[in-house]
Amino acid sequence: MKMSRFILVGIIFGITLYKAEAVSWYRIFEMFHFQSFHMYGIIFSAVSAGVIIVQLIKKGRIKASDGNPIQINNKDLSIPRYLIGGFIFGLGWALAGVCPGPMFILLGSGVTVLIVFLSAAMFGTFLYGVLRDRLPH
Amino acid sequence: MPQFLIDIRDIISQPWPWWIAGPMIAFIMFLLLFWGKEFGISANFRVMCAADGADDYASFFKFDWASQGWNLLVALGAMFGGYVAAHYFTDPGENVAGISAATVATLSELGHEVSEGNVPIVPEFYSWPSLFTIQGFIIIVIGGFLVGFGARYAGGCTSGHAISGLSALQLPSLLAVVGFFLGGLAMVHLIFPILF
Repeated sequence: MKMSRFILVGIIFGITLYKAEAVSWYRIFEMFHFQSFHMYGIIFSAVSAGVIIVQLIKKGRIKASDGNPIQINNKDLSIPRYLIGGFIFGLGWALAGVCPGPMFILLGSGVTVLIVFLSAAMFGTFLYGVLRDRLPH
Repeated sequence: MPQFLIDIRDIISQPWPWWIAGPMIAFIMFLLLFWGKEFGISANFRVMCAADGADDYASFFKFDWASQGWNLLVALGAMFGGYVAAHYFTDPGENVAGISAATVATLSELGHEVSEGNVPIVPEFYSWPSLFTIQGFIIIVIGGFLVGFGARYAGGCTSGHAISGLSALQLPSLLAVVGFFLGGLAMVHLIFPILF
Protein backbone atom coordinates (compact mmCIF):
# COMPACT_ATOMS: atom_id res chain seq x y z
CA MET A 1 0.00 0.00 0.00
CA LYS A 2 1.43 3.33 -1.11
CA MET A 3 0.20 5.32 1.88
CA SER A 4 1.81 3.00 4.44
CA ARG A 5 5.25 4.35 3.50
CA PHE A 6 4.32 7.59 5.27
CA ILE A 7 3.60 5.69 8.46
CA LEU A 8 7.01 4.04 8.11
CA VAL A 9 8.72 7.43 7.71
CA GLY A 10 6.87 8.61 10.82
CA ILE A 11 8.04 5.57 12.78
CA ILE A 12 11.68 6.25 11.84
CA PHE A 13 11.18 9.91 12.79
CA GLY A 14 9.67 8.93 16.13
CA ILE A 15 12.39 6.44 17.06
CA THR A 16 15.12 8.89 16.00
CA LEU A 17 13.88 11.84 18.05
CA TYR A 18 13.06 9.64 21.04
CA LYS A 19 16.43 7.89 21.11
CA ALA A 20 18.30 11.17 20.56
CA GLU A 21 16.39 12.57 23.57
CA ALA A 22 15.16 15.47 21.43
CA VAL A 23 11.67 14.79 22.83
CA SER A 24 12.82 15.63 26.35
CA TRP A 25 11.74 18.84 28.05
CA TYR A 26 15.14 18.79 29.80
CA ARG A 27 17.06 18.77 26.51
CA ILE A 28 15.13 21.85 25.31
CA PHE A 29 15.76 23.58 28.64
CA GLU A 30 19.46 22.75 28.30
CA MET A 31 19.54 24.04 24.72
CA PHE A 32 18.09 27.42 25.66
CA HIS A 33 20.74 27.70 28.37
CA PHE A 34 23.54 26.86 25.89
CA GLN A 35 24.77 24.14 28.26
CA SER A 36 25.24 21.36 25.73
CA PHE A 37 26.04 21.01 22.06
CA HIS A 38 23.66 18.05 21.71
CA MET A 39 20.52 19.78 20.32
CA TYR A 40 22.59 22.21 18.23
CA GLY A 41 24.50 19.24 16.84
CA ILE A 42 21.23 17.60 15.78
CA ILE A 43 19.96 20.76 14.10
CA PHE A 44 23.28 21.70 12.46
CA SER A 45 23.99 18.20 11.14
CA ALA A 46 20.40 17.84 9.88
CA VAL A 47 20.58 21.20 8.10
CA SER A 48 24.08 20.53 6.72
CA ALA A 49 22.95 17.24 5.21
CA GLY A 50 19.70 18.93 4.15
CA VAL A 51 21.51 21.74 2.28
CA ILE A 52 23.50 19.16 0.30
CA ILE A 53 20.33 17.22 -0.53
CA VAL A 54 18.45 20.35 -1.64
CA GLN A 55 21.39 21.53 -3.77
CA LEU A 56 21.52 18.13 -5.52
CA ILE A 57 17.78 18.39 -6.12
CA LYS A 58 18.04 21.94 -7.50
CA LYS A 59 20.84 20.91 -9.86
CA GLY A 60 18.52 18.18 -11.14
CA ARG A 61 20.76 15.36 -9.87
CA ILE A 62 17.90 13.85 -7.85
CA LYS A 63 14.45 13.36 -9.33
CA ALA A 64 11.18 12.53 -7.60
CA SER A 65 9.97 8.94 -7.37
CA ASP A 66 7.66 9.56 -10.32
CA GLY A 67 10.61 10.72 -12.45
CA ASN A 68 9.63 14.41 -12.45
CA PRO A 69 11.84 17.19 -11.09
CA ILE A 70 11.26 17.89 -7.39
CA GLN A 71 9.67 21.30 -6.81
CA ILE A 72 10.93 23.28 -3.83
CA ASN A 73 8.85 26.41 -3.44
CA ASN A 74 10.30 29.64 -2.12
CA LYS A 75 8.54 31.07 0.91
CA ASP A 76 7.09 34.58 0.64
CA LEU A 77 9.33 37.12 2.32
CA SER A 78 7.89 39.22 5.09
CA ILE A 79 9.35 40.21 8.42
CA PRO A 80 6.63 40.55 11.09
CA ARG A 81 5.00 37.23 10.31
CA TYR A 82 8.13 35.16 10.87
CA LEU A 83 9.57 37.11 13.77
CA ILE A 84 6.34 37.58 15.76
CA GLY A 85 4.92 34.15 14.92
CA GLY A 86 8.30 32.57 15.55
CA PHE A 87 8.64 34.39 18.87
CA ILE A 88 5.24 33.11 20.02
CA PHE A 89 6.14 29.59 18.91
CA GLY A 90 9.48 29.84 20.74
CA LEU A 91 7.75 30.86 23.97
CA GLY A 92 5.57 27.75 23.77
CA TRP A 93 8.41 25.47 22.65
CA ALA A 94 10.57 26.39 25.64
CA LEU A 95 7.63 26.40 28.06
CA ALA A 96 6.20 23.02 27.14
CA GLY A 97 9.56 21.58 26.06
CA VAL A 98 8.01 19.99 23.01
CA CYS A 99 7.35 21.10 19.48
CA PRO A 100 4.71 19.39 17.33
CA GLY A 101 6.79 16.35 16.26
CA PRO A 102 7.93 15.35 19.77
CA MET A 103 4.40 15.98 21.04
CA PHE A 104 3.07 13.21 18.77
CA ILE A 105 6.03 10.97 19.65
CA LEU A 106 5.59 11.33 23.41
CA LEU A 107 1.84 10.92 23.10
CA GLY A 108 2.48 7.58 21.42
CA SER A 109 5.06 6.58 24.04
CA GLY A 110 2.31 6.79 26.66
CA VAL A 111 2.31 10.37 27.94
CA THR A 112 -1.45 10.62 27.52
CA VAL A 113 -1.80 14.04 29.14
CA LEU A 114 -0.30 15.52 25.97
CA ILE A 115 -3.67 15.02 24.31
CA VAL A 116 -4.50 18.22 26.23
CA PHE A 117 -1.45 19.90 24.68
CA LEU A 118 -2.63 18.72 21.25
CA SER A 119 -6.12 20.13 21.86
CA ALA A 120 -4.65 23.44 23.03
CA ALA A 121 -2.40 23.57 19.96
CA MET A 122 -5.39 22.92 17.70
CA PHE A 123 -7.28 25.70 19.48
CA GLY A 124 -4.28 28.01 18.97
CA THR A 125 -4.23 27.12 15.28
CA PHE A 126 -7.98 27.71 15.08
CA LEU A 127 -7.73 31.11 16.76
CA TYR A 128 -4.93 32.08 14.36
CA GLY A 129 -7.17 31.10 11.44
CA VAL A 130 -9.98 33.28 12.78
CA LEU A 131 -7.78 36.30 13.58
CA ARG A 132 -5.52 35.94 10.56
CA ASP A 133 -6.77 38.97 8.61
CA ARG A 134 -6.31 41.24 11.62
CA LEU A 135 -2.72 40.21 12.41
CA PRO A 136 0.35 41.88 10.86
CA HIS A 137 1.94 39.59 8.25
CA MET B 1 15.02 -14.40 18.89
CA PRO B 2 18.08 -14.83 16.60
CA GLN B 3 21.30 -13.33 17.97
CA PHE B 4 21.68 -10.75 15.17
CA LEU B 5 18.24 -9.33 15.94
CA ILE B 6 19.18 -9.03 19.61
CA ASP B 7 22.40 -7.27 18.58
CA ILE B 8 20.46 -4.81 16.39
CA ARG B 9 18.04 -4.18 19.23
CA ASP B 10 20.91 -3.51 21.64
CA ILE B 11 22.53 -1.05 19.23
CA ILE B 12 19.29 0.88 18.68
CA SER B 13 18.61 0.88 22.42
CA GLN B 14 21.66 2.97 23.24
CA PRO B 15 21.19 6.75 23.40
CA TRP B 16 21.70 8.11 19.88
CA PRO B 17 24.40 10.74 19.36
CA TRP B 18 23.52 13.97 17.55
CA TRP B 19 25.55 13.01 14.51
CA ILE B 20 23.27 10.04 13.90
CA ALA B 21 20.00 11.85 14.65
CA GLY B 22 20.68 14.93 12.50
CA PRO B 23 21.44 13.08 9.24
CA MET B 24 18.49 10.74 9.93
CA ILE B 25 16.17 13.76 10.10
CA ALA B 26 17.65 15.05 6.82
CA PHE B 27 17.04 11.61 5.31
CA ILE B 28 13.39 11.76 6.41
CA MET B 29 13.06 15.20 4.79
CA PHE B 30 14.63 13.75 1.63
CA LEU B 31 12.23 10.78 1.51
CA LEU B 32 9.24 13.12 1.72
CA LEU B 33 10.64 15.41 -1.00
CA PHE B 34 11.32 12.33 -3.12
CA TRP B 35 7.64 11.45 -2.82
CA GLY B 36 6.59 15.00 -3.67
CA LYS B 37 5.78 16.09 -0.11
CA GLU B 38 7.13 18.73 2.23
CA PHE B 39 8.30 17.86 5.74
CA GLY B 40 6.30 19.91 8.27
CA ILE B 41 4.54 18.41 11.27
CA SER B 42 2.59 21.43 12.55
CA ALA B 43 0.60 21.65 9.29
CA ASN B 44 -1.33 18.72 10.76
CA PHE B 45 -2.97 21.04 13.30
CA ARG B 46 -4.53 23.01 10.46
CA VAL B 47 -5.65 19.80 8.75
CA MET B 48 -7.19 18.51 11.99
CA CYS B 49 -9.00 21.82 12.56
CA ALA B 50 -10.37 21.78 9.01
CA ALA B 51 -11.45 18.15 9.32
CA ASP B 52 -13.30 19.09 12.51
CA GLY B 53 -15.33 21.72 10.67
CA ALA B 54 -13.25 24.87 11.29
CA ASP B 55 -13.83 25.82 7.65
CA ASP B 56 -17.21 27.16 8.74
CA TYR B 57 -15.45 29.82 10.82
CA ALA B 58 -12.48 31.01 8.78
CA SER B 59 -11.43 30.86 5.14
CA PHE B 60 -7.95 29.79 6.37
CA PHE B 61 -9.43 26.33 6.89
CA LYS B 62 -11.09 26.14 3.46
CA PHE B 63 -8.51 24.07 1.60
CA ASP B 64 -8.21 20.58 0.25
CA TRP B 65 -7.33 19.05 3.60
CA ALA B 66 -8.16 15.54 2.45
CA SER B 67 -5.07 15.71 0.20
CA GLN B 68 -2.96 16.13 3.35
CA GLY B 69 -3.79 12.69 4.71
CA TRP B 70 -0.19 11.59 4.10
CA ASN B 71 0.98 14.10 6.73
CA LEU B 72 -1.47 12.75 9.31
CA LEU B 73 0.02 9.33 8.59
CA VAL B 74 3.50 10.71 9.32
CA ALA B 75 2.17 12.00 12.66
CA LEU B 76 0.51 8.65 13.33
CA GLY B 77 3.76 6.89 12.48
CA ALA B 78 5.63 9.23 14.87
CA MET B 79 3.26 8.05 17.62
CA PHE B 80 4.02 4.41 16.78
CA GLY B 81 7.71 5.28 16.70
CA GLY B 82 7.47 6.83 20.16
CA TYR B 83 5.72 3.73 21.44
CA VAL B 84 8.29 1.37 19.93
CA ALA B 85 11.25 3.46 21.10
CA ALA B 86 9.97 3.72 24.67
CA HIS B 87 8.79 0.11 25.02
CA TYR B 88 11.18 -1.95 22.89
CA PHE B 89 14.29 0.15 22.35
CA THR B 90 14.79 1.53 25.84
CA ASP B 91 16.02 -0.74 28.61
CA PRO B 92 14.28 -0.47 31.98
CA GLY B 93 16.00 2.13 34.10
CA GLU B 94 17.66 3.62 31.02
CA ASN B 95 14.82 5.99 30.10
CA VAL B 96 16.94 9.01 30.95
CA ALA B 97 17.99 12.26 29.31
CA GLY B 98 21.76 12.66 29.50
CA ILE B 99 21.73 16.38 30.23
CA SER B 100 24.85 18.18 31.46
CA ALA B 101 25.79 18.74 35.10
CA ALA B 102 25.47 22.48 34.48
CA THR B 103 21.83 22.01 33.47
CA VAL B 104 21.12 19.92 36.56
CA ALA B 105 22.57 22.77 38.64
CA THR B 106 20.51 25.39 36.80
CA LEU B 107 17.35 23.34 37.37
CA SER B 108 18.23 23.10 41.05
CA GLU B 109 18.56 26.89 41.25
CA LEU B 110 15.01 27.11 39.93
CA GLY B 111 13.90 24.72 42.66
CA HIS B 112 13.43 21.75 40.30
CA GLU B 113 15.58 18.96 41.75
CA VAL B 114 16.75 16.11 39.54
CA SER B 115 19.69 13.81 40.15
CA GLU B 116 22.46 13.83 37.57
CA GLY B 117 22.58 10.69 35.44
CA ASN B 118 19.02 9.90 36.41
CA VAL B 119 17.04 12.68 34.73
CA PRO B 120 13.88 11.24 33.16
CA ILE B 121 13.07 11.83 29.49
CA VAL B 122 9.59 12.90 30.58
CA PRO B 123 9.38 15.41 33.46
CA GLU B 124 6.98 14.71 36.32
CA PHE B 125 4.79 17.68 35.40
CA TYR B 126 3.68 15.87 32.23
CA SER B 127 0.94 14.10 34.14
CA TRP B 128 -2.82 14.31 34.63
CA PRO B 129 -2.63 15.34 38.32
CA SER B 130 -0.18 18.12 37.49
CA LEU B 131 -2.58 19.43 34.86
CA PHE B 132 -4.68 20.64 37.79
CA THR B 133 -1.81 22.64 39.30
CA ILE B 134 -1.11 26.18 38.09
CA GLN B 135 2.38 25.25 36.90
CA GLY B 136 1.27 22.12 35.05
CA PHE B 137 -1.70 23.91 33.48
CA ILE B 138 0.50 26.75 32.21
CA ILE B 139 3.10 24.35 30.79
CA ILE B 140 0.67 22.03 29.01
CA VAL B 141 -2.29 24.22 28.08
CA ILE B 142 -0.69 27.63 27.55
CA GLY B 143 2.38 25.93 26.04
CA GLY B 144 0.21 24.02 23.59
CA PHE B 145 -1.76 27.12 22.68
CA LEU B 146 1.40 29.18 21.99
CA VAL B 147 2.91 26.37 19.91
CA GLY B 148 -0.25 25.97 17.82
CA PHE B 149 -0.84 29.70 17.36
CA GLY B 150 2.81 30.59 16.76
CA ALA B 151 3.52 27.73 14.36
CA ARG B 152 0.68 28.72 12.06
CA TYR B 153 1.41 32.45 12.36
CA ALA B 154 5.04 31.79 11.41
CA GLY B 155 3.92 29.31 8.73
CA GLY B 156 5.80 26.35 10.18
CA CYS B 157 7.49 24.81 13.20
CA THR B 158 10.86 23.24 13.86
CA SER B 159 10.49 20.70 11.05
CA GLY B 160 9.06 23.08 8.45
CA HIS B 161 11.36 26.06 9.09
CA ALA B 162 14.45 24.92 11.03
CA ILE B 163 14.93 21.74 8.97
CA SER B 164 13.13 22.06 5.61
CA GLY B 165 13.39 25.86 5.29
CA LEU B 166 17.01 26.27 6.37
CA SER B 167 18.03 23.33 4.17
CA ALA B 168 16.52 25.20 1.20
CA LEU B 169 18.35 28.37 2.31
CA GLN B 170 15.08 30.26 2.80
CA LEU B 171 15.53 33.66 4.44
CA PRO B 172 11.96 33.61 5.87
CA SER B 173 12.81 30.37 7.68
CA LEU B 174 15.96 31.92 9.12
CA LEU B 175 13.82 34.80 10.45
CA ALA B 176 11.38 32.28 11.92
CA VAL B 177 14.19 30.33 13.61
CA VAL B 178 15.58 33.59 15.04
CA GLY B 179 12.06 34.21 16.35
CA PHE B 180 11.91 30.68 17.84
CA PHE B 181 15.15 31.28 19.72
CA LEU B 182 14.27 34.78 20.90
CA GLY B 183 10.97 33.43 22.23
CA GLY B 184 12.63 30.41 23.83
CA LEU B 185 15.34 32.50 25.48
CA ALA B 186 12.74 34.97 26.80
CA MET B 187 10.79 32.06 28.25
CA VAL B 188 13.60 30.27 30.06
CA HIS B 189 15.44 33.37 31.26
CA LEU B 190 12.60 35.79 32.04
CA ILE B 191 9.51 33.70 32.74
CA PHE B 192 10.87 30.45 34.23
CA PRO B 193 12.28 32.20 37.31
CA ILE B 194 8.70 33.34 38.06
CA LEU B 195 6.98 30.09 37.07
CA PHE B 196 9.18 27.64 38.95
